[in-house]
Amino acid sequence: MILLWYVLIPTVAAPLAWLAGRRSPAAARWVALAGTAAPLALVAAQWIAATDRLSAAFTAAGPGAAGLAAGSWVVDLRAPWIDSLGISFFVAADGLTLIMLLLTFGLGLLSVLCSWRGITTRVGAFHFMLLWTVAGLAGVFLALDLFLFYFFFEMMLIPMYFLIAVWGHERRVYSAVKFFIFTQVSGLLMLVAIVALVLIHGRATGVYTFDFTQLLGTPLPAGTAFVLMLGFFAAFAVKLPAWPLHTWLPDAHTDAPTAGSVLLAGVLIKIGAYGMLRFMAPLFPDAVAAFRTWALALGAIGIIYGAVLAYAQSDMKRLVAYTSVSHMGFVLIGVFAWNELALQGVVLQLVCHALSTGALFILVGGLQDRIHTRDMARMGGLWRVAPRMGGTAMFFAMAALGLPGLGNFVAEFLILVGVWQVSRWAAVLGAVGLVFATVYALWMMQRAFQGEETHRLSFPDLTRIEVGMFASMIVALVLLGFWPQPLIVTARQTVDGLQRMTAGTALVAPGADASTSTDGASGGPAVTDGAADTGSAPATGDGGAP
Amino acid sequence: MAAVSLDHVLALAAVLFAVGFVGLLTRRNLIVVLACIEIMLNAAGLAFVAAGARWGQADGQVMFLFVLAMAAAEVAVGLALAIRFRQAMKSLDVDDADRLRG
Amino acid sequence: MLSLLWLIPALPAAGSVLLVLFGRRLGRGGTAWVGTGSVSLSAVLALLVCGSFLAAPPAGDAYRQVLWTWFDVGGFAPAIGLHLDAVSIVWVLVITVVGFLIHLYSVEHMERDDGFTRFFIYMDLFVFSMLVLVLADNLLLLYLGWEGVGLCSYLLIAFWQEDAQNVYSGRKAFIVTRVGDTALIAGLFLLFTHYHTLEIGQLMHLVASRSPAPDSGVVLAAGLLLLGGAVGKSAQAPLQTWLPDAMAGPSPVSALIHAATMVTAGVYLIARTNVLYTLAPDARLAVAIVGTVTLLLAGFSALVQRDLKRALAYSTISQIGYMFLALGVSGWEAAVFHFMTHAFFKALLFLAAGVVIVALADEHDIFRMGGLRRELPAVFATFTVGAAALAALPLVTDGFYSKDLIIATSLGSVDGGAWFYVASLIGAFVTGLYSFRLVWLVFFGARRTEVSRRPRWRQLVPLYALAALSVTGGFVWMPAWLGGFEPLRKLLDTALPPAPMEGAAAHFAESVGAALITILVVAAGVGLSYVLWMPRRERTQAFAAAPSVQPLVALWLGGWGFDWFYERVFVRPVKRFAHWARHDLVDHVVGGIAWLNLAGWRGLSAGQNGRLRGYLAVTGLGVVLVLAVVVLR
Repeated sequence: MILLWYVLIPTVAAPLAWLAGRRSPAAARWVALAGTAAPLALVAAQWIAATDRLSAAFTAAGPGAAGLAAGSWVVDLRAPWIDSLGISFFVAADGLTLIMLLLTFGLGLLSVLCSWRGITTRVGAFHFMLLWTVAGLAGVFLALDLFLFYFFFEMMLIPMYFLIAVWGHERRVYSAVKFFIFTQVSGLLMLVAIVALVLIHGRATGVYTFDFTQLLGTPLPAGTAFVLMLGFFAAFAVKLPAWPLHTWLPDAHTDAPTAGSVLLAGVLIKIGAYGMLRFMAPLFPDAVAAFRTWALALGAIGIIYGAVLAYAQSDMKRLVAYTSVSHMGFVLIGVFAWNELALQGVVLQLVCHALSTGALFILVGGLQDRIHTRDMARMGGLWRVAPRMGGTAMFFAMAALGLPGLGNFVAEFLILVGVWQVSRWAAVLGAVGLVFATVYALWMMQRAFQGEETHRLSFPDLTRIEVGMFASMIVALVLLGFWPQPLIVTARQTVDGLQRMTAGTALVAPGADASTSTDGASGGPAVTDGAADTGSAPATGDGGAP
Repeated sequence: MAAVSLDHVLALAAVLFAVGFVGLLTRRNLIVVLACIEIMLNAAGLAFVAAGARWGQADGQVMFLFVLAMAAAEVAVGLALAIRFRQAMKSLDVDDADRLRG
Repeated sequence: MLSLLWLIPALPAAGSVLLVLFGRRLGRGGTAWVGTGSVSLSAVLALLVCGSFLAAPPAGDAYRQVLWTWFDVGGFAPAIGLHLDAVSIVWVLVITVVGFLIHLYSVEHMERDDGFTRFFIYMDLFVFSMLVLVLADNLLLLYLGWEGVGLCSYLLIAFWQEDAQNVYSGRKAFIVTRVGDTALIAGLFLLFTHYHTLEIGQLMHLVASRSPAPDSGVVLAAGLLLLGGAVGKSAQAPLQTWLPDAMAGPSPVSALIHAATMVTAGVYLIARTNVLYTLAPDARLAVAIVGTVTLLLAGFSALVQRDLKRALAYSTISQIGYMFLALGVSGWEAAVFHFMTHAFFKALLFLAAGVVIVALADEHDIFRMGGLRRELPAVFATFTVGAAALAALPLVTDGFYSKDLIIATSLGSVDGGAWFYVASLIGAFVTGLYSFRLVWLVFFGARRTEVSRRPRWRQLVPLYALAALSVTGGFVWMPAWLGGFEPLRKLLDTALPPAPMEGAAAHFAESVGAALITILVVAAGVGLSYVLWMPRRERTQAFAAAPSVQPLVALWLGGWGFDWFYERVFVRPVKRFAHWARHDLVDHVVGGIAWLNLAGWRGLSAGQNGRLRGYLAVTGLGVVLVLAVVVLR
């Protein structure tokens, strides 16, 4: 039942915020703050309460569909909805869900805070849209019924559209429409794939249902599976965004209000990765394996292409947007490498990227509020004016380029080490992408904050709210950089479950995770033996390079 | 009276229809356009009558009566439209009525 | 006592964090106390810990302290763990002691700078990262320190960030070293994939126990990849181009980061993973060749520099080339020894140069200095000691002992050879030439610029201390013909394999005769430099400006054209592509689809002209066509 609250609280708070906004803008802000803080507290409480369960060894009886249905859910809720079509209101949470919910509400809270000064028109409506987006996002991460998933997937699109189109910047309508069309078209492809899958499953078994756990393991001819997988991939690749379907993102980010950018970069695009992990790969493991080479290539291209284009931008917000393209390339190759190292890296990357990029967007938004431009040609030498801002920007620029000691490094390292076992070239290209990341991050710092102070701007340094927001994000990133274990433990059951569900398919290369299947051998000194065993057949360690 | 073959009559009907159609395309005066439509209707009526005579059935004549009635109605409505058209457009040129362009 | 090991890196880190949080409230005095105090405490602690280590070596001659497990994924569980053995002891002592002296010096050197607090934040952060690098017990944690020092290097080179040129130099340093780091991290991927651990001791054990098994290719590849990282960080050919530009930072930074400690990280890495190189002769040969080429290239470049700090920078590159040469011929201990002596005298040279530059109101050009012998006697004395050590003047300088050892190893080691020997002798000759060129030009001759500021005790104490170390630092390892007092060697033998000195060449290399050759070569270099830049200075100048020599001088001045080459081959194409693609090539495709729709809409709506006759004509045509198809088919 607690899961329902995650969706209900923001949904109900949204009209309240609108009503409150008619009286005073401040009231709307406080309602929105409560509407995101309350579920955040709930998730945190649930996370802490579930610690024992999450850290317990994976208990499912066997591989395959049963494993998922049986053991890995912390909590679930199933209620009939449209029975005649086999659609039910089926929501559940495991470690991955909890992480995504933490992100959703945490960044939701931050986006309310960062709009505190920046949004002055139609404040009530703004927070209505914001809260509904948050509600939709929460629903997406909770749903296990494919129809319900699609419902939330589309539902949060509409308030997001209005956030960009109404409160956005210069080309807001163009960007909003572009965002909408991209997502809508690819979403429809996914809907077709979902319906086809349900029909095929129904014909084979006589049970017409949208329940994900029942659809798992539906026998499909290879060709059909590949086509259906492409339908899912289209939707998630657009969301992620994967090269070459990324072009909506720079526009949407650039023109969205700060809160919109934070939610977009922090949570919305994470749906792509989440959907691939949760639905696409378990449903079509062999097709995903067949597509692996292509996806790795797309991801590697995206990493480098995004970084080079980030370097080429003069609009600071657009630069940050392109860094997202680059970072999500890591996520894509990580997902398709599909071993424990890479998947854990992906989960970490989702969190760390949300924090670091979200912070950069808040920073750029704050800068724009102060000097009314995002054009770096009109900045320069701002460090002297606002040293705290400069130091903060430096920190998050370092996070963007994957500096060890921050969470992003652990994530990228795990992803690349996992990818290396599948394809060395993709891993090498990813590592080269880190060089380009250095180029754009330092270039951004030079153009905005260092160098000569040519424009003689003067504006106030960070406010207290901003200091608080950034400090919390900095602490989180440093913690994740030196001690990411809590997050890894939380996601472990999910990752293990995914590995087991796809065990025996072409996706999990035999031998490639000799180390992952012997979970008991993990831990400091015990590695000696395990490593010696698995390492004695070095040829298998890097097998399967395409 | 020498029998006129069906082919001849049909050929005449076709020529009449073509004359009417070409007039419809080339003339811009609304009155002439209406006249051309009359010609085309009558060409069709001629073909009906000829066909009825050829097969020895009354259907052709019946259809022709329909055509006559329709032509009368069309003229009535058409001329009324023409008067309204002239009042609205201050001309009888059909090409002036192009407000429905895309 | 050993259990306090973690405090050695933790103290500077704490100092840095304190300064970030309270730097403004502390003021300059407080900042200086926190910044310098944390490093001095760390140095004292390092002396105590290392002393207790030496007094009672733990089992296995290494002490490991695991603080916590960094993360644990699928059996991959690198620790945040520290590892202290003979090699790390040498580095830790140098970092903390020299680091403390340089911090003390900085308090005075930077006293008028606006970014006083920022400077000490970065410096403390650097000391922390460097200590993590050399104390890490696994390669991933080492990589953390490795990147951390790179970050601090960037921040400190670009310290005076109002000048875009400084920021450019900082970025260049970061990006070029990051290119090398890509190779290093690929090496980490490779090693982990094959051995399933990155803990250095265990990894080396696994590598050794399985050789010469089928994975010799892996060992070779890993060796070359790690070498790539080392080449970047230690400014060796072909990635040496960033170090001369790195002199844009304050002088204490050049002394600490770009001479004494960070740039020797590559030497540390290779010495630490020597098992890989022992098992992969080709990788070892590559190290030796890189070192030899670099020491010669940089030596000749140092010969013609006009900027005092750039000349010293090239000399640093060259001396690290010596260390690489030593590593490449399996003289692991000789490399560590030279690192230590080099840290002393090169830090001394940079600090002295810093005093000179400040005294002359930020004058870098050695041809506008001169005659400072009487104005700044203390600096003259200490700089000369440093230059003598750099040139390896025999017996009284530490540089002689370490460099002679390397030269001997390059000939006598089974991996050595005549080529390496001759090259290292040429290098020694050139070193004598350029190091004393600086002394003659800066401190002798006519005075050209007024002295505006003189050093006080906080600058003089580090200078004297480092000068003393530069004289005595070499006595810890005397060659056999001088009595063979060699405690450092005995210490290092507990962690590193001794150089394989065998055969007649080794016998000769370790004899007095070989030492005499070295001494003669050095003396010739120093003597020639006296002739060229004291009595015949004008003629030398004229010769260097002659049209037939000028191109060569320009080539050396520009560092052999590496920058020119990279600019054209890598930088400009990427920039051009980025500029050309800045509106996103892919978006043109998307825009194209949108445009096609628009064009279709325009075309169709043009047909809807509202003229009835037009519609009718098209309808008629259609009817005719349909009929024709039906009838003629």
